[in-house]
Amino acid sequence: MLQFDDLRLRVGGTPILRGVTLEVAAGEAVGLVGESGSGKSMTVKSVVRLLPPGSRTEGAVRFDGVDVSSLDAAGLRRMRSRDVAMVFQDPRAVVNPVRTIGDFLTEVLRDQGVGRTEATRRAARALSEVGIGDAVRRLHQRPYELSGGLLQRVVIAAALLTGPRLILADEPTTALDVTTQEEVVAILNEQRAARQVALMFITHDLELAAAVCDRIAVMYAGEIVEVLPAAALHAGARHPYTRALLNSRPGAVAPGERLRTVPGVPQSALTAPPGCVFADRCPHAEARCREVRPVFDGSAACHLLEAR
Amino acid sequence: MSAMSIPMPLRKPAAKRGAAPVAGLFCALIVLVAIFAPWIAPYDPDALDPLNAHAPLSARHLLGTDDLGRDLFSRLIHGARTSLAGPLIVILAAGTAGAILAITAAWFGGWFDALISRTLDVLFAFPGLVLAITVAALFGSGFVTPVAALSLAFVPVIARVMRAAALRERNLPYIEALRVQGFSGWHICVRHLVPNLAPLLMVQAAIGFGYAMIDLASISFLGLGLQPPAADWGLMIANGQPSILAGFPQQSIAAAVAVVITVVAFTAVAERLATRFGGDHAPVR
Repeated sequence: MLQFDDLRLRVGGTPILRGVTLEVAAGEAVGLVGESGSGKSMTVKSVVRLLPPGSRTEGAVRFDGVDVSSLDAAGLRRMRSRDVAMVFQDPRAVVNPVRTIGDFLTEVLRDQGVGRTEATRRAARALSEVGIGDAVRRLHQRPYELSGGLLQRVVIAAALLTGPRLILADEPTTALDVTTQEEVVAILNEQRAARQVALMFITHDLELAAAVCDRIAVMYAGEIVEVLPAAALHAGARHPYTRALLNSRPGAVAPGERLRTVPGVPQSALTAPPGCVFADRCPHAEARCREVRPVFDGSAACHLLEAR
Repeated sequence: MSAMSIPMPLRKPAAKRGAAPVAGLFCALIVLVAIFAPWIAPYDPDALDPLNAHAPLSARHLLGTDDLGRDLFSRLIHGARTSLAGPLIVILAAGTAGAILAITAAWFGGWFDALISRTLDVLFAFPGLVLAITVAALFGSGFVTPVAALSLAFVPVIARVMRAAALRERNLPYIEALRVQGFSGWHICVRHLVPNLAPLLMVQAAIGFGYAMIDLASISFLGLGLQPPAADWGLMIANGQPSILAGFPQQSIAAAVAVVITVVAFTAVAERLATRFGGDHAPVR
């Protein structure tokens, strides 16, 4: 349903994405993990062409086989309002603070020509579906009257309301209280799974990604270095970077011990060397790793794996 | 939940609210006086009574009469009409044009924003009063010309502040979220940007009102605004000048006091609005 075909993105000359190739099937949940600045958000935003001014793309993002960059203004709006929905990091920032929850939820429906009563009825139902009781009262409240977790559930309800086929979730729990994170993700996943909606889920949390997603794509310095089934995250990780990330998890060491880190400084797409992006931090790097860029073979991009 | 009530400082104590409530009442009073002037004024403001010229303050003529025997109190009341209507039109015109320019500039950005902003900067560099006087001198005095010229001069004053606010608002994540939901730029501007900027625009308009009033009174005073025998405060100050030397200063004083009190009252209300809505952007003059 969704294909990234060697997507490259430059913003004002600065490379952000250096060739992202990934497929998301209908109803499938794909997690995007990686360090800050690895291009996760930009990859996801390129689906709805939400790119900063001065962006130049090469390659293609195809939704239902249609190159997103070829859509005209009306086509883009139609895709944004009907096919794809987005859940952002901070729910408080993405809801107009002076409008009621009801306004927020019904606005898209009203814009699509749904009557006021019908829109309100559907908004109330959407709220109860994400576990918000007392929906009618909530519709009259304003964002500041709701907690972060509750508001994120409202945002999820809004995302599901128009019956999209793909939800883009950009770190939907980062801004939330730790105690509500799990709950919010559970609701998001439960609802989207029930409707067979595909999901692209950005997170820093490998465990969370493994729990929610079918497949996990690991990004580093503007490219995807490994894609693997979520179930095989621990056993099946092949790329040295993925393994280094897994080693850095707090759970990987005994309590009281010093947490492990990936040595060195994260590369960005801008400073990426001609060879493998991870070469200078990789414990197994060889001479060719520094000189020749490894080819992504559909599961990983690493010279050392090709040899085996 | 328990029935415990937490006292919330929803209303500021009277002392901290300052003079704004009084000023607000005064503004309302002035507006009512202007609207109902023909019914309130005891005399026809233009009725001459040469035999009764320069009458002193009395029960019959509260502020006395001018050099032609016209009742000054009635003229002051009628003067409120043009003296308020002028600034009102200036603010409505400049506020509308300024807000539209500011929001379109902030929304589209790039060269369009640069074009509008630089044009406004050029206009801003030219003092409004001088512009209005020049235009009035070129195209004739009266009510319309100075008001039109001053409206033009006030556009950059309002547009500057509004553009800065619109730019900040436009870059908030909720606008991006609305775009992802597939709303058109027009929908986002009209339904979200404009309502969220409206309080600031209101504050700007209220502050600008006082300035516009002083400027229009100045233009009338200089003889480039309304012409005699019109009853207008700025004009009354000017027309009363010869009488000051003759020992009858009440016309100039009454009109000047009316201008000053009204401007102060509107500004006090504006400042209260500004603190209330957090828009601490006093227009730069």
